[in-house]
Order: sequence, then C-alpha cells, then structure tokens
Amino acid sequence: MPTTIQRQSLSRAVFVGLRSSMNMLDGLIATLQLSFSVDPRIIEITLRSLFVSGSAALIAALWGIPIATIIAMKDFHGKFLIKTIFNSLIGIPTVALGFLLFLTFSRENGPLGFLRLLYTPTAIIIGEAILITPIIVSLATTAIEAVDPEIANLARTLGASESQASFVVLKEALEGIFLAGIASFNRAIGELGIAQFVGGFIYGQTELLTTGIWIELQLGNQRTSIALMIILLTMVFTINLALNTIQRIRGRE
Amino acid sequence: MKAIAELRNVTKTFAKKTVLDSVNLQILDGEILALLGPNGSGKTTLLKILASILRPTDGEIHFCGVKVTDQNVEKIRMESTLVFQKTVLFSTTVYDNIAYGLRIRKVTKNEIDYKVAQVLKLVRLEGFEKRSTKKLSGGEQQRVALARALALNTRLLLLDEPTANLDPKNAGIIEEVIATTNQELKTTIVMATHNMFQAKSLPHRIALMEDGRITEVETSKEIFGKLSKTLASFAAVENTFAGTAKISEDGSTLIDVGNGVQIVAAAKNVGEVSVFVSPEDIILSKSRFESSARNMFKGKIVEILDLGSVVRLKVDIGKPITVQITKRSFNEMGLNLNTEVFLAFKASSVQII
Repeated sequence: MPTTIQRQSLSRAVFVGLRSSMNMLDGLIATLQLSFSVDPRIIEITLRSLFVSGSAALIAALWGIPIATIIAMKDFHGKFLIKTIFNSLIGIPTVALGFLLFLTFSRENGPLGFLRLLYTPTAIIIGEAILITPIIVSLATTAIEAVDPEIANLARTLGASESQASFVVLKEALEGIFLAGIASFNRAIGELGIAQFVGGFIYGQTELLTTGIWIELQLGNQRTSIALMIILLTMVFTINLALNTIQRIRGRE
Repeated sequence: MKAIAELRNVTKTFAKKTVLDSVNLQILDGEILALLGPNGSGKTTLLKILASILRPTDGEIHFCGVKVTDQNVEKIRMESTLVFQKTVLFSTTVYDNIAYGLRIRKVTKNEIDYKVAQVLKLVRLEGFEKRSTKKLSGGEQQRVALARALALNTRLLLLDEPTANLDPKNAGIIEEVIATTNQELKTTIVMATHNMFQAKSLPHRIALMEDGRITEVETSKEIFGKLSKTLASFAAVENTFAGTAKISEDGSTLIDVGNGVQIVAAAKNVGEVSVFVSPEDIILSKSRFESSARNMFKGKIVEILDLGSVVRLKVDIGKPITVQITKRSFNEMGLNLNTEVFLAFKASSVQII
C-alpha cells in the first residue's frame, strides 16, 4: 500500500504528465502504433480481460438463468421481495463489493483467506460473477416474464411435458436472455473496483484493461494507457454494434 | 353413441372466485359440441380442463373411460389439443410451429414434411412452410394455429372461439375446415362460441353456459326451437335481442326490443322472438349517412376491445350492441370511448332465431 506522500506524488506526477504531453494527436498515433505493432503485452492484457469477464459472465449465467427461470415461472411467497433485492443489487458500487471481497479473501484474517485467492484472476472472476449476477437475474427474469403466458400452455396442449414446456418458454425468451448476458459481460469488462481490490496490479498475472489503464497512467506510460482504453472502448462498442445489427436482421425476418 | 370424455361435478376456483360450478358434461364420440354462452361464463376454463392443461379444483374428468390423475395427465394430454382464442404461435417458422407436436410424438422427418404440407393445404396456406409466423396476417396466424392442431390428428379437438377475431373470409375458411375435419376424420370437436349464428349452423349439440354452470345440453335444433323461452339466460349473449315482432305496413318485420330500440328484419315473424345481428355485418360511421340499410341507430361507444387485426366496439344505442371493424378503420376514424357514432345494418342481416 502506498503511503499518503507516495500517493500525493503519484497523483502530481500523473497530473504534470497529463498537462505537459497530453496531446490527442500524439496519443492517437501512439495508440495506432501500439495497436498495430502487436505488442505482446497488450495482447496478453486484452486476452486476460476477455477471459476474466467472459468466465464471470458464463458463471453468472450458469447460476443466474436457473434462478431467473424459477422467479419468473413459479409462484411463491416472497417473490416480489426477491425480485426487489436483485433489482436493487444491480446498482451495487464496485468499490464496496471489491472491498468486501478483499476482506473476505484477505490472507491474514479473511474467512476465505485459506483459499489463497487474493490477487489472482480467479478472485476477480468470482467477484465479477457476483457483481453481474443481479443484472443477469433481473434482465432474464423480465425477458422470461415477457413471454406470452399461454406459450407454456400451448406447448402442453401440443403434447409437451412440464420440462419441455419450460424449455419452450426459455427458447422464446432467448433473445432477452442473450442480451442480459451481454449487458453483464459489458459491466464486467468495464469495472475497476473489484479488479483493483482482489486482483491488484500484478504484472503479467492480474493486470486487466481497466486496471491496466489506471496503473500504466500511474507509472507515467500514458500511451499504453490510451491504447488500452481505446481497445476497451472499441471492444464494448463492437460488441454492442454487432448485437444491434443481429437484432435488426432478426427483426426484419 | 359412447362418450369420449366426461366431466363429473367439475368445479374450478381461481383465488376464491368460482369459474366453474359442479359441471357435468359428456362429450360424445364423433360429435361437434358447441359451448354457447356470454363472455365470462366459463367456456375457456372448461376447454382448458378438457385439454388437461388446467386441473379442476374439485370433481373428476374421464377420458376414454380413464380417470385423469396427476400421474397420467401428461399422457392423456396427447389425445386432445386446444386452439386458443387469442392466437399463440412460437416465434419461428410456420413449419416449426406445426412440426412441434409431431416431433414430441417422435414422428419421422419425412412424415412431418408430408403432414405439414397436408394441413397447410387444408387451411389454404400451401407453400407457407418457410414463412416467419410474425409476418402473417391475423387470419393467417389463426389458420396456422388450427393447422398445427389438425396435424396431430387427436381424438378430441378443442376450439376456443375459433373465428371470433377474424374477418368473414378467414372465418369462413375455418368453419369449413372444422366441418370437414369432423366429417372426414371423425374427430370429436368441442368449440366455445358466443356467435349465435355459428352455433346454429355447425354443431350437433349445444351446451348453454352461464355463470360457470351448464344450464342445458341439447341438439342445436331443440335449443334453437325453444330459445325464446329460455332467453332470460341468453340476454348476455352478444348482439342477441329479445322482443315482440309485428309485421309493419311495408311487409317487413318490426321487432321492438325495448328501450326505444326497434329492429327491422327481412324474415317474416310475429310474437315473441329473439334476433341476432352479427358484429361483422354492422357498418359504423361518425356521421349520419344515407344508405339502403333499413336499420340505422345513433349511439355512443362504451367499450373498446382490441383483438389485434380487428377491434370490437360496444355501442350503446339504448341497448348495447357489438360492432366489429378492422384495426385500420378504427385508427383512421380516430374512435374513442364516448365517441358518438352511427350504426347501420340491413334487414336481411338480422337473423330471427
């Protein structure tokens, strides 16, 4: 942990650095050079980010979609409360969740410290999966609930068993569920708090696009920071653009 | 004739509201039975129970002599299928919709191809296999829904208001298919309707429903023969009016149905009668207009029911009367609740029951 003085001098260095050489053109050229020069380190950070966020989204989907299915299809006491809780948790600050997970995984006295997960990609995956679970549960629940309630009855009257009927409902909600997954992935790949708290900045091990942007700037490597930022933005935009296009094509069918 | 299905003291309640009250009914093998009654009389619930997609709160259902239980319900469901009033389709192609039930029944691909083509021909949608269901008109969608049910060739076919939301052309095709299916495939059919005219022409027997009970079950001839006497229970059936008929000076029949409403009918009749006017036969306008129609009324819109491609309006002309117009006309005319409108229908459109 840096001391207060260290932190102040770091901030000042960043500020001075920004003022002295913050030239957009300069930055862009550097980025283009970096992006096209295939810097193995940047590729590694990008791939790690994709892997970590992708795994988090996959895990969240694996437990989130069944939870959403139960909430949407079954009637039970406390259903409204559970939905409200998941909805509220969408807005949880990543800093708060990151800090809580840091305390949990802390190797000195954290309850799960014995797992020795702090400052590993696994810890970030777990943290981000927890972070995005409410998003996937809430959005998928809404998507499943939006399916015509008679769809399940239709499947039944055509001969489907109960599980086949539920499967049909999920299939009808597929587009919404898919969007929920993408929204979760976007949130995971763009978050900083959890990655900082439980991932740290271990060179070659836990550095991600978001933490990379931050730490490279701290270290005075602005060009790397900008390159990472542009890669992050490009990825998020590309994914969303691709999705919108797919939806438009499907809508036209 | 033996019974294919039987309801014994079937009661269904939803959140303390009794929708079906001790219903006893036998469905005879090979017949077309119509459930006739106003909206909310329990027709849809009864059909869902017959389709085994809804379990009764109390009472028993027997299908081909076997009592339906929680254990055998999924198997018994295979023997019947229900076409819903509001068209429900899987958002995929016409082919996949029709193939769904066949795939569950483990029918081979070749056989499915053949069946799909066959039922599409029956509902006059040949070559529609690859079309997306979303792109079809309301009438075409309902015909796909019917074709999907017909493909399964179940012993019992259940139809919930099969033509209620359709224009006369599509309704005609569907009525024809229903009759053909019953005659040629010997499929037993139970259909819910609140269309008097349909009830008079298609079914062998009619079960009158009111407030969750079956008040009478008889052949359609018997029911329509004495309908005037049981009209109290029928007042709520759409566009059916009871009144006293007399022959007017010009030779047409004038029926006073109360509240200052007098309806002119072409057919001659005197005394206590009941008349029916199909909602599709009524022309609606925002201003008074000249026409050859003998019946012209002024009224206010009191209820609007959006049914997709068509809209049903309840207009108060002294008596509530239902008018069906297309969604497009509805939008273009800028109609709203309390809009003042004029209705016209020909004397020949008035059916004396």
